[in-house]
Amino acid sequence: MELFTNQVLAGIATGAIYACMALAVVMIYQAIDHLNFAQGEMAMFATFISWQLMQWGVPYWGAFVITLALSFVGGIAIERILFKPLAKAPVLTNVAGFIALFAIINSSAGLIWDFTIKQYPTPFGSAPLLGSQLISTHQAGMIGVTVLLLLGLYFFFQYTRIGLAMRAAASVPESARLVGINTSWMVALGWGMATAIGSIAGMLVAPVVFLEPNMMGGVLIYGFAAAVLGGLSSPLGAVTGGFLVGIFENLVGTYIPGVGNELKLPIALALIISVLVVKPAGLFGRPIVKRV
Amino acid sequence: MTTLLNVKDLRAYYGQVQALHGLSFSLNEGSLTTLLGANGAGKTTTLRAICNMVRSTGGIEFDGKPLNNKSTENIVRFGIAHVPQGRGTFTTMTVEENLQLGAITRKDNAGIISDIERMYAHFPVLKQRHTQQAGTLSGGEQQMLAVARALMLRPRLMLLDEPSFGLAPLVVRDLFGILGKINREDKVSILVVEQNAQLALELADQAYVIETGRIVMSGKAKDIANNEEIRKSYLGY
Repeated sequence: MELFTNQVLAGIATGAIYACMALAVVMIYQAIDHLNFAQGEMAMFATFISWQLMQWGVPYWGAFVITLALSFVGGIAIERILFKPLAKAPVLTNVAGFIALFAIINSSAGLIWDFTIKQYPTPFGSAPLLGSQLISTHQAGMIGVTVLLLLGLYFFFQYTRIGLAMRAAASVPESARLVGINTSWMVALGWGMATAIGSIAGMLVAPVVFLEPNMMGGVLIYGFAAAVLGGLSSPLGAVTGGFLVGIFENLVGTYIPGVGNELKLPIALALIISVLVVKPAGLFGRPIVKRV
Repeated sequence: MTTLLNVKDLRAYYGQVQALHGLSFSLNEGSLTTLLGANGAGKTTTLRAICNMVRSTGGIEFDGKPLNNKSTENIVRFGIAHVPQGRGTFTTMTVEENLQLGAITRKDNAGIISDIERMYAHFPVLKQRHTQQAGTLSGGEQQMLAVARALMLRPRLMLLDEPSFGLAPLVVRDLFGILGKINREDKVSILVVEQNAQLALELADQAYVIETGRIVMSGKAKDIANNEEIRKSYLGY
């Protein structure tokens, strides 16, 4: 029983990271109808920036906040420079854009900080939480930061005018323009926020997976699995999907013999395919209905 | 009476296809004007051109200021509220959020709150359903919501694109009654595009008839309604 509880709690902790990644993916998907394959690399690059700041002597939380701000601005810049001109381009052009962005960011990080694996600090420590063997303080910190982030986002989207405007622009862009919302800037704002959310995921997961240019590859695939499971049209679904995938991954790795660490990733992919076959809209997503 | 909207030699294009061929008309402050015509005549395109949602050339002046080259979201800020065809409801949001969105360009919070109450007085059914998702409303209720959303801007001019579309005759009567009241009491000028010519002519004081992207007839709504020849050849009743 203790093993089970332990695995579930650890699953919730990594699930928090998947939830952030899934949320970032869903936010951009809502804004521009494309999957951002470079979301993980953007998060990785942001994590490197925070690491660099700490190397220069900035304390952890200072680096954390500066990185969030830089990510927000960087996300907006990427949208303005690369994806705004592609807004009316075919799907494949956009996919090519995302893959290019992926390669550019990945190689730049390698060029600047090289490919060796680096230690990344945690502000929470890694001792057992309150003397319990079930969960470490860092895992608890991951869950705590994610919950705070989700609450903040909920209030932002539910109770602020700009949050309302962003939701309107994502759901019916034409009507949003007709009430006076600058939908183009709402998309850019969505990019900025998604990039900042992704960078939180990167900074939280870096102490676990260690810092290197390919650190987010696996995490992003789990994030996609979470987004697909919860439904690409539903932020709430993405978050729920993230926690479910985290728990699922751990339980399968523990209880199904032969799965172990090597087979965990294919399981995420298998999950994506199963959901797409059985329930394409995901758990919380609404099926897309078009009048013809 | 002063001219609020002046459209001169308007030409509009969808890709290579020209939809409006030099259309001119004007609308007086405080008036309720209707634009009539058959399917494909260019009624919707005219409204979309006013809000710069379709490529067009020609002069569009609102209260003496040119609207050309202004973006759709900035044209709203002149006080022009457009209720598009199909109502443009934010279906996944609540009724109250839809109303708040109508006022998203305004900064006076107290005014917005009191205007929402005013809309509930105009349309009591919206108050009953204010926490409900707008997509769950009936067609008539959604049209009321669309009109209320437009009024939340406190517009000087309201553009309505076929408000009667898909609604039961009784609901249409009700809605047109409210439009007339808004026009008289709230001093909102209204330009309404309609296929239901008979009803629109009863409501409006000024009317234009368009055919294949040109104005072919204009005058007082009463005169056009009483002219059997026009009715038969253009309006089909």
